[in-house]
Amino acid sequence: MKKRAIIPNLILALTSILCLVPFLLLIASSFTDENALVLYGYSFFPKKLSLKAYQYIWQQGIVIVRAYGITVLVTILGTGVGLTITSMLSYPLSRKDLPFGKIFAFLVFFTMLFNGGLVPTYLMYVKYLHIKNTLLALIVPGLLVNSFFCMIMRSYFISNIPDAIIESAYIDGANEFKIFTKMVLPLSKPIMATIGLFLGVNYWNDWYNGLIYLTETKLFSIQNVLNRMISDAQFLASSNLGSTVNAGAIQLPATSTRMAIAVVTILPIFVAYPFFQKYFIKGITIGSVKG
Amino acid sequence: MADEGKALRGKKKQKRTLQKLKRYYMLYLMMIPGLIYLLINNYVPMSGLYLAFKNIDFRLGLLGSDWIGFKNFEFLFRSQDAFIITRNTILYNLAFIVVNTVIAIMLSILLNEIISIRRIKLYQSLILLPYLISMVVVSYLVLAFLNTKGFINSTIITGLLGRGTGISWYSEAKYWPFIIIFVNAWKNVGYLCIIYYASIIGISSDYYEAASLDGARMWQKIRYITIPLIKPTVITMVLLSLGRMFYSDFGLFYQVPMDSGAIYSTTNVIDTYVYRALIQLSDIGMSSAAGVYQSVVGFIVVLGSNLVVRKVSKENALF
Repeated sequence: MKKRAIIPNLILALTSILCLVPFLLLIASSFTDENALVLYGYSFFPKKLSLKAYQYIWQQGIVIVRAYGITVLVTILGTGVGLTITSMLSYPLSRKDLPFGKIFAFLVFFTMLFNGGLVPTYLMYVKYLHIKNTLLALIVPGLLVNSFFCMIMRSYFISNIPDAIIESAYIDGANEFKIFTKMVLPLSKPIMATIGLFLGVNYWNDWYNGLIYLTETKLFSIQNVLNRMISDAQFLASSNLGSTVNAGAIQLPATSTRMAIAVVTILPIFVAYPFFQKYFIKGITIGSVKG
Repeated sequence: MADEGKALRGKKKQKRTLQKLKRYYMLYLMMIPGLIYLLINNYVPMSGLYLAFKNIDFRLGLLGSDWIGFKNFEFLFRSQDAFIITRNTILYNLAFIVVNTVIAIMLSILLNEIISIRRIKLYQSLILLPYLISMVVVSYLVLAFLNTKGFINSTIITGLLGRGTGISWYSEAKYWPFIIIFVNAWKNVGYLCIIYYASIIGISSDYYEAASLDGARMWQKIRYITIPLIKPTVITMVLLSLGRMFYSDFGLFYQVPMDSGAIYSTTNVIDTYVYRALIQLSDIGMSSAAGVYQSVVGFIVVLGSNLVVRKVSKENALF
């Protein structure tokens, strides 16, 4: 039995390493001396180590701290509001006895099949709702309520909340909203955690809304800063207008700084991953069950 | 829907519906925020598809601009771009489906051979790790390998192979189909692998024990038990991707090639084309025409692929 598993173990171990290796190169290059990087190129084993990139980020701290703050704020607000709206929409749709429920379910489902595309969406948000260069631009478009999540949650409610307890609570005099908050939600912690986690990761990783709806760099999330840095390595220095540190500051180590900011961006996910990976993996399998 | 039809028949039942509404109005109230969001975020933009048939002039407003019929579409399809972006979008999606499905099934079968639960968990979480990272970070990872002084050029090509100069990856279109397919597999295989693995561990162990008694070898069990039994899951996942064949991951085609113009011929897809036409060129006519083209053909593809599956095996159809 054990002998047979050598080859599977070997292949899976190699695949796992392949998944991890790019991150190691990123981390190694962020600790590489700028001149060594330019002269000898990116390497897993830097010719000369240096902490300059991180020192530089530390000096330019305020830009990074603000971007981080915006990412955290957007993630918390978006996940909280999104989860509330999603569950309040999914639960009524899961009730077989709700008149016209199927019509509403179809309206939600249809948005997965057909959409107006970027142009009308962009024009509506920018010209009519004036969302450009506001914090709402990072929260609302596309991300807040996801009809796919709604359908997953609905099928969870259908198969996990017995009709009998709803009916008996109603007979005992509870109204429908109370039944939802006092009976249904406590029974639905797993799905709430799963969808919340997915929403949170979506918000943490989002750069698309910022790319489209933001020109004001003060509102940039950490992903937007990273996105801008790839084409404009001087971005940190140029956007830090209020700082007086620049005069005597160390010269910008452009290449390694970019890599260091990428490291700083993924660090929280890497730190938190061991704690939430169990739920994440479970969530993916829940999601594959069609609604 | 049949239930509602019956409920509307006869006054007695109409009265019962009124009673129902009295009980259920709170449920309707709860749905309002979500429905308003979908109305704004999804349904209003759908109605904006008419923009493609107008010559948009902001002084006249969106509604006041002149109708020009199919002129925007004529411009779009007369250009080379329409062919290139359609070809790229479809071919990449087909390649993704084949490559990712094959790798994910292989990995999930291998995962099923592992006995130690701790190792299974370790492999799973490492293979899933790239799925958690945003495409911007992925583009940095790729840059570290493919930069002029990146790992591949400096260590492998000039170092190990001893060639004088490296390849300037970001200006040579011919390499990008492989790079894009590889990066996409690297990022997304973990997700599929977990779905297929869950489907494999759902298979009753009785089948395998019976097969072992009959002297079946490992690959025979895979061939005659595992693969036939995970087929429904595979079909569902492939169908989901086929339905999205006219759409692509914007980040993969915009961030990873770093928006480099020299390689548009193999990296431009409908989504990146619409974005560039709208945001970078402010060409609303062209971008909305391409958007309508994508929405309408994409919708037909979803309906079509679902129809095929309904005919083959009804329980796997999405609707």
